[in-house]
Amino acid sequence: MAIEHANVLRAAHLARLGVSDAQAERYVDDLSRILEMVDRLSEIDTQGVAPLSHPLDATQPLRADEAIEPDRRDTFQQIAPATADGLYLVPRVVE
Amino acid sequence: MHDKTLAELARGLAAGDFSSRELTSSLLERVKKHDPAINSFITVTDEQALKDADAADTLRHKGEAGILSGLPLAYKDIFCTEGVRTSAGSKMLDNFIAPYNATVVEKLRHAGTVSLGKTNMDEFAMGSSNENSYYGPVKNPWNPTLVPGGSSGGSAAAVAAGLVPAALGTDTGGSIRQPAAFCGITGLKPTYGRVSRYGMIAYASSLDQAGPMARTAEDCAMLMNVMAGHDARDSTSVARNVPDYTQGLDKPLNGLKIGLPVEYFGDGLSPEVETAVREAVRVYESLGAQVIDVSLPHTSMAIPAYYVIAPAEASSNLSRYDGVRFGHRCDDPADLEDLYKRTRAEGFGDEVKRRILIGTHTLSEGFFDAYYRKAQQVRRLIRQDFLDAFSRVDVLMGPAAPTTAFELGAKADPVQMYLQDIYTIAINLAGIPGISVPAGLVDNRPVGLQILGPHFGEAHLLNVAHVYQQATDWHQRRPEIKE
Repeated sequence: MAIEHANVLRAAHLARLGVSDAQAERYVDDLSRILEMVDRLSEIDTQGVAPLSHPLDATQPLRADEAIEPDRRDTFQQIAPATADGLYLVPRVVE
Repeated sequence: MHDKTLAELARGLAAGDFSSRELTSSLLERVKKHDPAINSFITVTDEQALKDADAADTLRHKGEAGILSGLPLAYKDIFCTEGVRTSAGSKMLDNFIAPYNATVVEKLRHAGTVSLGKTNMDEFAMGSSNENSYYGPVKNPWNPTLVPGGSSGGSAAAVAAGLVPAALGTDTGGSIRQPAAFCGITGLKPTYGRVSRYGMIAYASSLDQAGPMARTAEDCAMLMNVMAGHDARDSTSVARNVPDYTQGLDKPLNGLKIGLPVEYFGDGLSPEVETAVREAVRVYESLGAQVIDVSLPHTSMAIPAYYVIAPAEASSNLSRYDGVRFGHRCDDPADLEDLYKRTRAEGFGDEVKRRILIGTHTLSEGFFDAYYRKAQQVRRLIRQDFLDAFSRVDVLMGPAAPTTAFELGAKADPVQMYLQDIYTIAINLAGIPGISVPAGLVDNRPVGLQILGPHFGEAHLLNVAHVYQQATDWHQRRPEIKE
């Protein structure tokens, strides 16, 4: 399946990745060649084959729903770009 | 001291031939002198290293030293190290000082090892040449015009250049084994889940695995004894008994059944690499092994399946870099969307963006079944190939890479670069362990023999590699470095 300019812009938006129109053009070229290589998967008959998401076929183990990590908010916020009163600051989202 | 293996250094420390401080300072001197030309380190933690070396020496005087006490090593800059920048080779994390240690870092620290610092890598482990680093490419110590391989290129080059006896790497599609091959060292990718991924910056979570990179299989075994095991903080780490990997290294190989996958000796394999690998297999025959041809029929599907699954997982994992909680943030964002989009456009390099876009596209509405679901089905067929092969043979052998190290800048086309990983990538999809050991030199460029085993077969792989290293001296060859 070929990838088109609009697909690249859509993926960039979904990934919240700033991509200009001119850059998108270059990605169309790169991604098309990657997808062309990936398209070879369609040569294989996979009817009735269950998808493998974990290489040991393991399922997600569950643990008791208990807090086990200590509160280290102050340490973690020391490396944040902007904080105040224990909160992370971002541009205003609600007027 | 810089030429010795971990095992030799451990004996030297135990015998009192030198102290950890002497060893550590002499290696730090070498890093200062030689690394500007190699660029294998992103961060050197010299003060902390000397402090830790002194602490190890003190323990030794008290008679409380363990086997690894005072031994220097280095971490690929993808392992979180408390209080030390952990960049993953990315501008996005250039200012990220990790607030905690990865589990493997914690374990190796507890065992008394001394970290010299953090090694260079392809950004977020995406690459096969170490040319995708924000901190510049790493040069191959065998020849500075060549790449060291990737993504754990800094770890491989630092060990090869004698800057550190061992380093940790991570392997998502060959990122330990291929650079180990290109730099002439020994590198083990353990079974998926054998080593905790906690604190290891995630690229593709169903494929990522940490492993040791060192001069010998014996050294890898010493490190695996500490690294392996279940971790409550990584639910994908496997609760299974950890053997002593250093026991049984010498077990004779009489009757060992070796399979040679015919697909690993076909088109695209350099004739010189093939000659070296077949010569290594003959050494095994002389040691009593039997060799048969086997087939892994879905080999050619491994790279296509990988370039759906890995970017899909990456696009999800890398969504955490949003400029809000840590890492790079763009200046003067107009609104929240602008903050996300510009932060990510500025913080990520080209290859990372390509993979985020591919992953987002293949997971998006209308494309999921054709790509992601299909790739996961093919993944099961690829794993089945290995399970079938291991019902007939004990190990598989072949080249770690189709060529020796290539020139810097030689593979500008991303798809050409991806094809480098043809012999390593299926192993991650199947979750099995693999090791690359030095097995020859072609025009002074190292060749790696890859040995593969069934799930949790690390101890046997290390035994098979170690016996080869007792019979050959390729692992003792060192690049010429002007002292």
